[in-house]
Amino acid sequence: MSAETDLKKTPLHALHLELGARMVPFAGHDMPVQYPAGVLKEHIHTRTAAGLFDVSHMGQVIVKAKSGDNADAARALETLVPVDVLGLAPGRQRYALFTNETGGILDDLMIVNRGDHFFVVVNAACKDADFAHLEKHIGDTCTVTPLPERALVALQGPKAEAALASLAPETAAMKFMDVATVSLVGTDCIVSRSGYSGEDGYEISVPNDKAEALARALLAIDGVMPIGLGARDSLRLEAGLCLYGNDIDTTTTPAEAALNWAIQKVRRTGGARAGGFPGADVVLKGLDEGVSRLRVGLKPEGKAPVRGHTALFADDAGTQKVGEVTSGGFGPTVEGPVAMGYVASEFAATGTTIYAEVRGKYLPVTISALPFITPGYKR
Amino acid sequence: MLKFTEEHEWLLVEGDVATVGITAHASEQLGDLVFVELPEEGATFAKGAAAATVESVKAASEVYCPLDGEIVEVNQAIVDDPSLVGSDPEGAAWFFKLKLANPADAAALLDKAAYEALIA
Repeated sequence: MSAETDLKKTPLHALHLELGARMVPFAGHDMPVQYPAGVLKEHIHTRTAAGLFDVSHMGQVIVKAKSGDNADAARALETLVPVDVLGLAPGRQRYALFTNETGGILDDLMIVNRGDHFFVVVNAACKDADFAHLEKHIGDTCTVTPLPERALVALQGPKAEAALASLAPETAAMKFMDVATVSLVGTDCIVSRSGYSGEDGYEISVPNDKAEALARALLAIDGVMPIGLGARDSLRLEAGLCLYGNDIDTTTTPAEAALNWAIQKVRRTGGARAGGFPGADVVLKGLDEGVSRLRVGLKPEGKAPVRGHTALFADDAGTQKVGEVTSGGFGPTVEGPVAMGYVASEFAATGTTIYAEVRGKYLPVTISALPFITPGYKR
Repeated sequence: MLKFTEEHEWLLVEGDVATVGITAHASEQLGDLVFVELPEEGATFAKGAAAATVESVKAASEVYCPLDGEIVEVNQAIVDDPSLVGSDPEGAAWFFKLKLANPADAAALLDKAAYEALIA
């Protein structure tokens, strides 16, 4: 599976090569990590203009109630996520988590109410497991249809609105997390106003055979530049967004991951539809009573980046371990190192100084509010 | 005498002191550097030991000591501005000067033609 010849190619693969991308294996796909501009310039460009990302490796799937009543699909999805799906209006998208029986996180995902069905987008590395999970648990009441025939691109940055509006003016009026069917390059696309960069922008699901035409049309617009996975990671890190497998996984609960905001009141203790998802007892107890460790932002005081898996200590002698970095690197917009990780709750208050062990030295790191940048979401 | 290592360092050997940096090929592979950590002057390293660290946005990489020796000077300019390594890796962006324990060992390193064959 690791041999390069086994890597899957997205419909934009040839375009990436034409644009001079450096390709790397990522979640079983041969993906662009950067283009000739490089990670720093790509990052800054996305924050100041507009960047186009190929995220076709992600999993897209339709969940449709066999009864024909979309509320039945919402109720079915609510048995797998601690999220208010029934209350999600048509044309709206919401962040969700698949939890397991121990309250850990199997994946994070986006759920879209498309009126007569739900459209779900999951992480590339988890997609086969997620599709099986959906089929196994709600396949009796819903049809679960993966969409390998669709590509996914993201257009992110302060100039994304003007860029997409030049092709489809109606997209300018969309608000953050709105989703609409929009005709682009002569085909129906599913456009959501959302992303993974901390900037305003859109994610566009497009049939594979039109993906390259769409990408070329967007890249032809002034201010739009192709962006690789390298900058995608530094952008989401500055934005305080979790990367599944690094910052959240089956060993982290939503409360530990500081994702309480993703669990609406109606699904919490005392809510009309409290619980009813895998691991609800653990997840709700974490929300109600607090947890012993928390995901926090970490701002190294010096210039040295503090990477994932770096140990964190209460003291500068490395005596008392209090946590570990889960994602860390250099933030080009912050112009310095940024990180996130888990620390014991008594060290989680913003402003607390702890120490990261880097190459035998204990570097001071300040617990910092997330995100590190001011998001540009159009709410 | 200009020499190279398989770990993508270059050495300009003058007498018993070698000026050491990373090659243009290495710099290109690393991408934009955002952090450089250099050894202390006076530190001694064995051949192959990690002597410096360079970090791009994505990852940290070690720069290895190409021969046994003692650090006699480091280039603070690349600590202050890591982007120099990208713009002039085989010139202004040298990393450190190494007083060689055994200057004759330099002869066994790669010459320019052998290094270029390696990265071809």
